[in-house]
Amino acid sequence: MLDSLLSFGGLVLLRDSVEWEGRSLLKALVKKSALWLVYHDFFRDPLNWSKTEEALPGGPLGALRAICKRTDPGPITIALDSLSWLLLHLPCTTLCQALHAVSHQDSCPGDSFPVGKVSVLGLLHEELHGPGPVGALSSLAQTEVTLGGTKGQASAHILCRRPRQRPTDQTQWFSIFPDFSLDLQEGPSVESQPYSDPHIPPVDPTTHLTFNLHLSKKEREAKDSLILPFQFSSEKQQALLRPRPGQATSHIFYEPDAYDDLDQEDPDDDLDI
Amino acid sequence: MFVELNNLLNTTPDRAEQGKLTLLCDAKTDGSFLVHHFLSFYLKANCKVCFVALFQSFSHYNIVGQKLGVNLTVARERGQLVFLEGLKSSVDVFFQTQEEPHPLQFLREANAGNLKPLFEFVREALKPVDSGEARWTYPVLLVDDLSVLLSLGMGAVAVLDFIHYCRATVCWELKGNMVILVHDSGDVEDEENDILLNGVSHQSHLILRAEGLATGFCRDVHGQLRILWRRPSQPTAQRDQSLTYQYKIQDKSVSFFAKGMSPAVL
Repeated sequence: MLDSLLSFGGLVLLRDSVEWEGRSLLKALVKKSALWLVYHDFFRDPLNWSKTEEALPGGPLGALRAICKRTDPGPITIALDSLSWLLLHLPCTTLCQALHAVSHQDSCPGDSFPVGKVSVLGLLHEELHGPGPVGALSSLAQTEVTLGGTKGQASAHILCRRPRQRPTDQTQWFSIFPDFSLDLQEGPSVESQPYSDPHIPPVDPTTHLTFNLHLSKKEREAKDSLILPFQFSSEKQQALLRPRPGQATSHIFYEPDAYDDLDQEDPDDDLDI
Repeated sequence: MFVELNNLLNTTPDRAEQGKLTLLCDAKTDGSFLVHHFLSFYLKANCKVCFVALFQSFSHYNIVGQKLGVNLTVARERGQLVFLEGLKSSVDVFFQTQEEPHPLQFLREANAGNLKPLFEFVREALKPVDSGEARWTYPVLLVDDLSVLLSLGMGAVAVLDFIHYCRATVCWELKGNMVILVHDSGDVEDEENDILLNGVSHQSHLILRAEGLATGFCRDVHGQLRILWRRPSQPTAQRDQSLTYQYKIQDKSVSFFAKGMSPAVL
């Protein structure tokens, strides 16, 4: 799916980070889709500090707006490196309006010329902007590709939003050859994952002791059949409910003395009435 | 220069890559040892160096440079080193006539404009001189440090534009290198510094990040160095993308070791 991103048209947002850079993927996608490349060089002098005559009027935004007024009917892909530069130098609303005008050019009803599909591929550095501008660009985009990865293997998480369809998302592992051709892969390479060796047997800690911790078979059986003294089992319950004859309460045998006065009303003999 | 750091970066003065931007950043520790390393590295590589030193005086760098085997005074006299001493020349801005543009002209302006005069100074310093034979190998721009410009009132976008123009001229046009130091304050409220740090990170090819230890100060381990190479992930990745080492700074060298493998604890 990564190689057919630009076939759907609209704004494709390529979100990268410091750790996983996206410029090489941008170049790979441009190389894949471009039959005829027009390069606007704003790298050397974007703010016109050298005050030369060859600078395009209006700077990068002027060039972007000039593309809106084209009359060429073929499909066109516009690659922007980077949207972050434009966001830092222009108000967010201006940029969003320009991007909307460019990417929705093919659905403009007032044109007399039928214009081909327009794809805009923009590189956005996520950490440079707050959630507001990033959210605004994200809502404008038909497709969002977020770069990530693990252990030296890059991945692209692709979220596709098409009108009247459910959004789809997919993760694609990839790498890029030195000539900027794209190599799609199934998953992170296996040898890079550190698993512990399954052939080492677990060590038994009771083998080299000076005392014996092992139980013989008879001892183990006796241990298993032992009833704990304070455990209330059904046998104990029956024994308490049905007192056995030989096991009755103890008897006290008393021979009253001459001085004993067994007066039940005054057993201690201390009432002075 | 520190030989152990050269080994970690897999580079030597005679076979360093050209056209690269290296970002040095430090968080909760002092990363200036990296600046001294690269200054002596590129002087030994016979490069023409333009040093925009906004943080310390010339004599400070000279004293440390002598411990690492380079003499900045001699290099400056030979024309190999162009040194902008920010601390001294910022005062000159106010005593100079207004017709001559000064690299630190922005200090005089009420509204923080742009750093075009500073860029013109750098371009003038590093432009190749048509003297017949090429004396120096390639030009190098060294900045210590960029966060000072934010403190002096420049906006983050203006500083990023300055770095962009320097990169277009020094790295792309003249095939030279750039080494920039930015402090990472770690302060959640300092958005301008975050924008600056992330903006330069996205423009750089190599990021060296010196961090203090999370557990605090230690006598035998002064910090941790994280090395991140920003390059497209290739199918046969021979080199790692990111490495982390701990270090200890000594008088004339810095020793690096894997995490937890400091000689003091082994």
